[in-house]
Amino acid sequence: MKKFVVPGLILITLVVASVAIGAEKQSLQIDGSTTVGPIGTAFAEYFMKTYPDIQITVKATGSGDGAAALIDGRCDIAMMSRFMKPDAEFKKAVEKGVYPVAHTIALDAVCVVVHPSNPVKELTTEQVRDIYTGKIKNWKDIGGPDLDIVAITRDTSSGTYEVFHELVMKKQDMAGGIETVNSNPQAQARVKTTKGAIGYVGLGFVDEVKTLKIDNVLPTKQTIVNGTYPIARPLYLFTNGYPKLGSPAYKFCTFYLTETGQKIIEEKKFVPLTNY
Amino acid sequence: MKEEYLLKAAEPAAETNQSLVLSPLQDIKGFLFLHIGRSFLFLVTCVSVLAVLLIFYFVIRQALPFAKMASLTQFLTDTRWQPESDQPGFGALPFIVGSLYVTFLSLLFAVPVGILAAVFLSDIVSFRIRNIIKPVIEILAAIPSVAYGFFAVLVLAPWMQKRLGFSTGTNILNASIILSIMALPTIISVAEDALCAIGAELREASYGLGATRVETVFKVIIPAAHSGIIAAIVLGMMRAIGETMVVWMAAGNARQIPTPWWDLSQSVGTMTAVIAGDMAETPKGSAHFHCLFMIGLLLLLFTFFLNTISEYFLAGAKKKMGKTR
Repeated sequence: MKKFVVPGLILITLVVASVAIGAEKQSLQIDGSTTVGPIGTAFAEYFMKTYPDIQITVKATGSGDGAAALIDGRCDIAMMSRFMKPDAEFKKAVEKGVYPVAHTIALDAVCVVVHPSNPVKELTTEQVRDIYTGKIKNWKDIGGPDLDIVAITRDTSSGTYEVFHELVMKKQDMAGGIETVNSNPQAQARVKTTKGAIGYVGLGFVDEVKTLKIDNVLPTKQTIVNGTYPIARPLYLFTNGYPKLGSPAYKFCTFYLTETGQKIIEEKKFVPLTNY
Repeated sequence: MKEEYLLKAAEPAAETNQSLVLSPLQDIKGFLFLHIGRSFLFLVTCVSVLAVLLIFYFVIRQALPFAKMASLTQFLTDTRWQPESDQPGFGALPFIVGSLYVTFLSLLFAVPVGILAAVFLSDIVSFRIRNIIKPVIEILAAIPSVAYGFFAVLVLAPWMQKRLGFSTGTNILNASIILSIMALPTIISVAEDALCAIGAELREASYGLGATRVETVFKVIIPAAHSGIIAAIVLGMMRAIGETMVVWMAAGNARQIPTPWWDLSQSVGTMTAVIAGDMAETPKGSAHFHCLFMIGLLLLLFTFFLNTISEYFLAGAKKKMGKTR
């Protein structure tokens, strides 16, 4: 009798496994921005719990790579913290038969942060730009102590960099002496430990550093939603055409409209578009 | 004499009453065994050779499109690094200079310390203590570089800001100090091997002529072992120039050539760090992407060149000691 137990168990496992595989999971490939990444991952986790037959893979490799992946058909949804570039991305997509549709799912502000001991409370966009172009080199020129400014930027491929580059730098080159880090937590850590530092991070990464008022406006939920804070941006999901109603991609791209979606977006310290 | 020995050895074989002549089957078996075995081992050895060739092939293949997209002279001489700008600038000179800065500065610390430590281990300390110290030094080589990086960022950088008054703690000096510690085990163990390989004859002859220990070490042993010591330095240099994680964390990654040149409190970026930092988020197939491979190719050529030099000197060291294989 015992002889049959082991093979029997194996057989049962095989049958169960093949039934499970036979149920055919719908899969979603999501790729793109490291900023939108936390939202994407949290949405995906909630989705896979609620709809066990949807298999979602989230890769956060950068907005640029997300766009490239959507164009190459390597993913179903591209997370992007900026809009597609008209020539390099949008045109290429249309030429390849991909029609990118943007879904704005949340808002994010790029906060300019300094060391907590820094007495400077506010700067204008122009002053921040002058710091990053190397025109202002010492805090005493903008009402601070006599201390060299250590400006910290992000790697040029990140979405956060591109928003800062466009809205603050007005597309001017940064000076060579600016230090580079390649993630929001690293930027926050460098500013936290360096007295003369100034850096910029996403809204979710302002712990233990001081957020500056920019053009007299502090980044808060209100100022971001009503557009008075100057360095804010929408976060997007891009799909190839508008997703078929009721499809997993459709459910995913409209999830931000639900109450749970809003809660998740708030938990990840972004600004939701809905107000439940 | 030799023939007698052979005859004796042949006798027991005769007793086993097995024919010394192999049957055709045994012959073929042996033939196949020998050749299959050999070619198998050859293939196994080829894997690593093949890996090197494939790395060269793929890096070159990804780097070449860049030559068509932008100018190579600009790549090597310009300092403007704005790869994602509307008017992109692909000047890699700051990274080449940055790599050379941290590499040479780290050698400036590591070479004297490493060679003196090697002399101490080979000529001065007792064998028993040497056997304790050497493995400890070799542990240094086993510490993962990200651990060194954390030390650089969390301990050394704040210390430099507080004590030395530097405005930024992640700078040339910080990266060089950490790199020199990382290069030490390589330099010490290769140099120590070279010093030990100088036989007792030279040392005894030197003492016999009335030289002191200091004179023996500096005028006899070190000059005699110079090829091995140079090889040790070059190997240490390769360790420093190829290191990524530590310079990425500790050097600050500014895109500038330090001015004035002696100010070591400025931050720089290295070739390895810019590749590691930018590669993850660069769209595949863009000029920026191929440019990073071009930097990689440059780095590969650097290390290839250094490796050739060290091979040359290591071969020289072996010949000198009469220990050529």
